[in-house]
Amino acid sequence: MGSDAAVTAAETRLGSVIDDWSDDKQTFHVPWGKAMMWIFLLSDTFIFSTFLVGYMHVRISSTIPWPNPSEVFALSFGGEPIPLILIAIMTFVLITSSGTMAMAVNFGYRKNKRVTVLLMLATALLGAMFVGMQAFEWTKLIVDEGVRPWGNPMGAPQFGASFFMITGFHGMHVSAGVIYLLVIANRVRRGDYDKTGNYETVEIAGLYWHFVDLVWVFIFAFFYLW
Amino acid sequence: MSEAVGQQHPISVYLWIWGLLFVLSGLSYMVDYMQLQGYLRWTLILIFMFLKAGFIIAIFMHMAWERMALITAIILPPALLLFLIGMMAIEGDYIYYIREIIFSVIDFTPASPH
Repeated sequence: MGSDAAVTAAETRLGSVIDDWSDDKQTFHVPWGKAMMWIFLLSDTFIFSTFLVGYMHVRISSTIPWPNPSEVFALSFGGEPIPLILIAIMTFVLITSSGTMAMAVNFGYRKNKRVTVLLMLATALLGAMFVGMQAFEWTKLIVDEGVRPWGNPMGAPQFGASFFMITGFHGMHVSAGVIYLLVIANRVRRGDYDKTGNYETVEIAGLYWHFVDLVWVFIFAFFYLW
Repeated sequence: MSEAVGQQHPISVYLWIWGLLFVLSGLSYMVDYMQLQGYLRWTLILIFMFLKAGFIIAIFMHMAWERMALITAIILPPALLLFLIGMMAIEGDYIYYIREIIFSVIDFTPASPH
């Protein structure tokens, strides 16, 4: 029972938790990179949670009406304004990127270098598109609508601070993810993982990217839709 | 130390969930487009949000195939944050009502000279 590769197989899920935590050498039987990425994502969850909870509290307690996101984030293409259309497109882009990333991981484990690199590049490109659209949104709000962190003409003054902080942090995470993906994609292309045949690094990058999409699911629901 | 084989599942699993995520996103958007209001709006927003989040974590992030020790270590702490969310929502409500009372034009001072 002392071998590194041996993992006890308990019959119940609780049994497997007890076995893992009382194990001799390691608790989480995954590559250390994966365990650490999950722990990092957990800490990032706390950060975004503090922002979202703060926003929730400020919006609930505001006596001045909160600006209506349906109207604020509407775009008109010459005709009637379509509510939240840019946000819907951004959501579509990010979900597509999660799909290409999941496929990249799958092709990585099949050791198909070419397709993995292409799918990772597609993911990075979609991420960059998302950031571009978010930058457009910011420009429109700052320049055209006069939204500032300390006030805006549409309603509660805390709207700007909440919006810029939450979407700013998220956009920063997406940007960092794009760079991260490009670096790993280049390593795959270069053949760094050919020797070991181990493409775990692609899966770990994938975890980060899905997290970025996950955060957007919450931001979309709580900030734009609510 | 690492698992024997990479985490491979048929690509169709990911494609199905991908499609499902599009459907759920579309439905979320419809909630706003149809201008639903009140509790119906908020309930639907939350349901679609949790479904999307659940599928992304379980399938795309592979949690459904991980050992329970990892699942609990990652899912339990954010689950506990629900208590924080609940408490802050209650406190926010309290602050809102106290602001309405104190900053409103109604004079609550008893035996006011004017």
